[in-house]
Amino acid sequence: MSIRFSFDGRTYQGEPGDTLASALLANGVRLMGRSFKYHRPRGPLAAGSEEPNALVEVDRGGGARTPNLRATQVELYDGLVARSQNRFPSLGFDVGAVNDAAAPVLSAGFYYKTFMAPEGAWAKLYEPLIRRAAGLGRAPEVADPDHYASRYAHCDVLVIGSGPAGLAAAVGASQTGARVILCDEQPRFGGSLLSDRNARIDGMAAADWVAAQVGTLAARPDVTLLTRTTAFGWYPDNMIGLAQRLTDHLPDPDPALPRERLWQVRAKQVVIAAGAIERPLVFSGNDRPGVMLADAARTYAVCYRAAPGRRAVIATTSDTAYRAALDLQASCVEVALIADARQVADGPLPAAARAAGIRVETGMQVLATRGRRGIRVAIVGHVDADGRVRSREWVRCSLLGMSGGWTPSLHLFSQSRGKLRYDATTETFLPGESAAAERSAGACRGVHGLEDVLLDGAMAGSAAAHDAGFDAPGPVRRRVEGAMAARWTAPVPSRRKQRRAFVDFQNDVTSKDLLLATQEGFHSIEHVKRYTTTGMATDQGKTSNMNALSIVAAELGRPVPAVGLTTFRPPYTPVTFGTLAAYSRGVLFDPVRTTPVHGWAAAHGAVFEDIGLWKRARYFPRGSEGMHGAVARECRTVRAAVGLFDASTLGKIEVVGPDAAEFMNRMYVNPWTKLAPGRCRYGLMLGENGFLLDDGVAGRLAPDRFHVTTTTGGAPRVLALMEDFLQTEWPDLRVWLTSVTEQWAVLAVQGPRARDVLTPLVDGFDISAAAMPHMSVAVGSIGGVPMRLFRVSFTGELGFEVNVPAGHAMAVWEALHARVEALGGCTYGTEAMHVLRAEKGYIIVGQESDGTATLGDLGLEWAIGKAKRDFVGKRSLNRPDMTAAGRRQLVGLLTADPGYVLDEGAQLTAHAPPPPGTRSLGHVTSSYGEATLGHSIALAMLADGRARRGETLYVQRAGGMVPVRVVDPVFLDPEGVRLNA
Amino acid sequence: MKHFSAARLAREALRGQSGWTEHWRSPDRPAHAYDAVIVGGGGHGLATAYYLAKQHGIRRVAVLEKGWLGGGNTGRNTTIIRSNYLMEESAALYNHAVKLWEGLSRELNYNVMFSPRGVMMLAHTVHDVQVGKRHVYANQLAGVDNDWLSPDQAQEYCPPLSLDAGMRYPVLGAALQRRGGTARHDAVAWGYARAASALGVDIVQNCEVTGIRRDAGGAVCGVDTTRGAVATRRVGVVAAGHTSVVMAQAGVRMPLESYPLQALVSEPVKPCFPCVVMSNTIHAYISQSDKGELVIGAGTDAYTSYSQQGGLHIATHTLDAICELFPQFRRMRMLRNWGGIVDVTPDRSPIIGKTPVPGLYVNCGWGTGGFKATPGSGHVFAHTMAHDAPHPINAPFALDRFRTGQLIDEAAAAAVAH
Amino acid sequence: MLLIPCPICGARPEAEFTYAGEAHIARPVDPAALDDHAWGEFLYARTNPKGDHAERWRHTHGCGRFFNALRNTHTDRFTASYLAGATRPHGTPTTESLDAPAMRSETEQWGQA
Repeated sequence: MSIRFSFDGRTYQGEPGDTLASALLANGVRLMGRSFKYHRPRGPLAAGSEEPNALVEVDRGGGARTPNLRATQVELYDGLVARSQNRFPSLGFDVGAVNDAAAPVLSAGFYYKTFMAPEGAWAKLYEPLIRRAAGLGRAPEVADPDHYASRYAHCDVLVIGSGPAGLAAAVGASQTGARVILCDEQPRFGGSLLSDRNARIDGMAAADWVAAQVGTLAARPDVTLLTRTTAFGWYPDNMIGLAQRLTDHLPDPDPALPRERLWQVRAKQVVIAAGAIERPLVFSGNDRPGVMLADAARTYAVCYRAAPGRRAVIATTSDTAYRAALDLQASCVEVALIADARQVADGPLPAAARAAGIRVETGMQVLATRGRRGIRVAIVGHVDADGRVRSREWVRCSLLGMSGGWTPSLHLFSQSRGKLRYDATTETFLPGESAAAERSAGACRGVHGLEDVLLDGAMAGSAAAHDAGFDAPGPVRRRVEGAMAARWTAPVPSRRKQRRAFVDFQNDVTSKDLLLATQEGFHSIEHVKRYTTTGMATDQGKTSNMNALSIVAAELGRPVPAVGLTTFRPPYTPVTFGTLAAYSRGVLFDPVRTTPVHGWAAAHGAVFEDIGLWKRARYFPRGSEGMHGAVARECRTVRAAVGLFDASTLGKIEVVGPDAAEFMNRMYVNPWTKLAPGRCRYGLMLGENGFLLDDGVAGRLAPDRFHVTTTTGGAPRVLALMEDFLQTEWPDLRVWLTSVTEQWAVLAVQGPRARDVLTPLVDGFDISAAAMPHMSVAVGSIGGVPMRLFRVSFTGELGFEVNVPAGHAMAVWEALHARVEALGGCTYGTEAMHVLRAEKGYIIVGQESDGTATLGDLGLEWAIGKAKRDFVGKRSLNRPDMTAAGRRQLVGLLTADPGYVLDEGAQLTAHAPPPPGTRSLGHVTSSYGEATLGHSIALAMLADGRARRGETLYVQRAGGMVPVRVVDPVFLDPEGVRLNA
Repeated sequence: MKHFSAARLAREALRGQSGWTEHWRSPDRPAHAYDAVIVGGGGHGLATAYYLAKQHGIRRVAVLEKGWLGGGNTGRNTTIIRSNYLMEESAALYNHAVKLWEGLSRELNYNVMFSPRGVMMLAHTVHDVQVGKRHVYANQLAGVDNDWLSPDQAQEYCPPLSLDAGMRYPVLGAALQRRGGTARHDAVAWGYARAASALGVDIVQNCEVTGIRRDAGGAVCGVDTTRGAVATRRVGVVAAGHTSVVMAQAGVRMPLESYPLQALVSEPVKPCFPCVVMSNTIHAYISQSDKGELVIGAGTDAYTSYSQQGGLHIATHTLDAICELFPQFRRMRMLRNWGGIVDVTPDRSPIIGKTPVPGLYVNCGWGTGGFKATPGSGHVFAHTMAHDAPHPINAPFALDRFRTGQLIDEAAAAAVAH
Repeated sequence: MLLIPCPICGARPEAEFTYAGEAHIARPVDPAALDDHAWGEFLYARTNPKGDHAERWRHTHGCGRFFNALRNTHTDRFTASYLAGATRPHGTPTTESLDAPAMRSETEQWGQA
């Protein structure tokens, strides 16, 4: 069964199990991408997630287009559409390649040295050109049609990587009964065993042994097996982030399936079996298509049966590439030469290669390559220990497999804050002392040789299970045949002077760039990285960091560890934004809080606004009314008759206990001891810094019980502060705090006819002015529903706030609404509420005050209990600046034109136009059009404001200044006649 | 210091780059005595040293850096530059910096890639609109450019912005500072280092200050370092997240807490995002680097820490917000995620000035936004160290304000309302 | 996301907690007796150490209690947690011992405390 796919508009056939890279290679396509800077033609360097070159975009249609995917990881499916990137007009002919000719000018860090004149030219002229040239693929342009999932998991042992070490660890750990999660970034478990032709484990072929182990694991109920799942990051206390790819490999996925899933795994123990990555060799022309890692070539030939070339040269500094040569030869690739840079190659693998008739030359290196869009010739030569070239030979080839040894994958170990140690004999960093509950196994800690790796994995699995609290039997040693040991040896250093020898392939960093950086004084590897950009490409330096480090260390004449290794940062491979955001979108991005009346309000055409997480009805337009019309009507109706307002979002806290009054005394500026049960007080709370924190009416229901209200946004903050003081400063007080915000709906009835609305509805008690004066509270019922009735006003009118249990709120609301309508009233929203309270000069915390305002500034000192020795924030009131002259104080502003509405936020000055350097005198905090007073009004915070009453000042507006008169902030009924009606 | 120019690049291209020399001198250890010692080789510290030498003639200066130069927050931030602060004191300080940014590449002969592409701050609620307009008006009066945009105007300036009214937090407007933008962070450190070094400043890396010496009268008389003792009468501490630790060596307890601040970048893509967009309400900060990476600022972790390693939930929460604002970026991929340590003051404004210890000066508390101030901060701090008195611009940012209560509280000014 | 040892509920994820700053800064019994400098120090000066830090947490979405904990701010490793009002236990003597895996199992035992 073959699979049809397209690349750059041409259709090809592939096989099930192929990656895009293997399928293209099988079709003879080597050119898959262009490099970042020089736009050099590139083919795949690797066969896995470390690939720097072969980056493509995959377009599933409908906006599901993904840039910068590694062709080596894109699984083939029928109908796959892939395109190359970073080229114009085509991959074969890319005009950007002129950069390559200009390479001597575009040396490391060139952009720091030019484009400086004239001033401003960088941003206008040069930067747009550079930006257009930079970047790889194209960002998606429309909203992603896919969705993503997320889950948390706990396990005893998380095993990362399913090569021989990881499989053995998972089997070993899970046989103890431990909960095990095994994950691997590949579509299949087995890692390097999948491309092992020769080894037999316990008498089975490697692939069969893998299948048997996976079968064993799958049968264990406490084992979770995750393929296509990358462990990308290590977070505090053994929280590991996994990204699981669920649908990108399917031709036609069920739309109900998430595309990817984020796992956040809290693991008691972790076994890292992340393997090792082969190191490229650094020689001139080592980036031509057809030059690839030797083991990648072997993987393509063995695993995918996609011969990456017909005639191969292998260049190596280690034994492992001999196995690649042998496997390539067995896959019908002619191996023309193994050029081993070492002076001696005498292990079993070199012997086997020689026995197989392959020409092996020691002391030989690749000097350069030739070929326009892919390698055609390798120029090799014998190089002596001093780096002198003793011979030169042209070898025709279409594949150059290179191996500079192996780099253990330390990313997760390093992220777990483990200490690295340097092994000079193999020139590798290895895991040293652990900092977290983890252990490494296999090649990622420098263990090699299949038998040793299997044992190492089994031991790690057992030990991890043991440390997680399980009885673990000793590890089983597997019987291995046919795997020839390949010793790891120190790579032979690359020659110093080379023309175009690439270290970071994607970012086009050459060995010369690194030498230039050291020449220019960049001696820390972090500086070299940032100056040259080596290791900063999308492969994060997986194939380049060690080469860069050894080149810099050699140039500086310092040991490698002294130059340092750049930090391993998450993620191991790039992780989709959508996966990390997962479910958090739309209404799940932030919870929406609604009141019990919300549905009714929505059905009655309310326009809502966001206040914190709450949705509040802002106004209730009728017919063709806009906001201004609706608000003006709502205001007039409240002043003339009555209005009904949903105030349920107010924070509510019940303060209960024998010491409740004392607690209130300490938390609020007001005195509470003498407040009689049945009475209310407008409470003001300061932060310990002396600035106003919150306000709200508190009613004393009983000697030991207060019903405290807070601002809508301030409730959690106020309760947390109360709890803090109660638990940690005054644990001796017998007080209990309960948030009752959600329990009580608050239905405000405000206006001259408010009492008429309520009288027939409340169950048998007197709400007359005598029985229930302003600022009183009573407990009773309304229509059989339990009620706490507050006589309070935030409008300046006769007003009540009906508190009823939230579950009964709609019934009461509808009853109230019917009465309100009958009496010529209406519902009103937050905007009308704002206007009505402003006319009365009432502040809104967060609008008039802003966290820098004192009670004095707001004209609220009267609330302070003068006899109180202390309360939260009192000491700060005496700090020098809190009492200094010139503080901004609350005032009212009137414009000459009664119809003109000032802009909120506009600044006040003494002169118009203000001379340059004029300091602001203050700003407009609230401003509303004519609603009930016949003119617009505004509130402002003004320096020395109270002393300026009567003055004319100026307020900014678009394109000019407006004169205003400073007045008292109370515009309506300063005597409180309406309020006390 | 050899001059950098296009002509020089061409000449060096022809002769195999052999003429380039080190950007700054790197002595292995400090000299025995200096007129001033700067503790901390980040952008602010290097800028301070440069202006001390350039403008105040104090050239016997050492910058002592415990790690590698520019390796702290200078190299870890999201490079946003703006000055549209509400308080006049803040606006003056940051605007001083923006003016210096505008000529900095030529001043230093080092391309710091200042890119005034515009910084747009989104409003999502009625309260946001009020706060945003208050900023715009205050800035206009203070001579700082900042304009209020309708949602349509905002989208015109930043086409990727979605105006979908069905969003959880729709865009109701935006404040735009056109002169704001970004710069290349590493180049700022390197450019100041090179220019300071050319004026005689010694920059010593891998040199940790382990003690601050005081004479019998209590005044500063030197510092101990891992590379020997240094005599000096003036020490400027510019150690960002580690300020409390350094100041403790002089017995000074600071009003600071250090938090891990995270940032992340995507894989590079072709230009798709023209400006800087910030949303304080949903905590999203995004721009695109010249290399093509989307650069995204995340929040701080909830707890004080020096670990430079925060939780995954900080990054995911940030990407929640980015994907909510820009649903087309959901398929983009996070390439790198890292943390820095920021020192935060109680009023979220920096401290630049004298300390109770004679001869000891401190420049700290920049919280999450210090990069933008780098040139201005170094400039006024150098003035303060040279004259033993603050420049008028940094006078309000004295340590003493935490005694008097004269706070410069930008965060409180944008407090959540109602 | 940290695992935080609540002295009442055991080790729970950070998302359930609210950080509440440096511990053992008692509110003065008589604030009025403090001069401006001392009051400013009380309000704002913090030790902010790199190393053992005695700090306050609230298990907001759990038992609701404020408690104190010792955490190394360099490694983010907790070494103790204790009820508000209790005296601060001795910190760990060196940072070396913090890196030892043995500390890990102690951390987990608080889960049963």
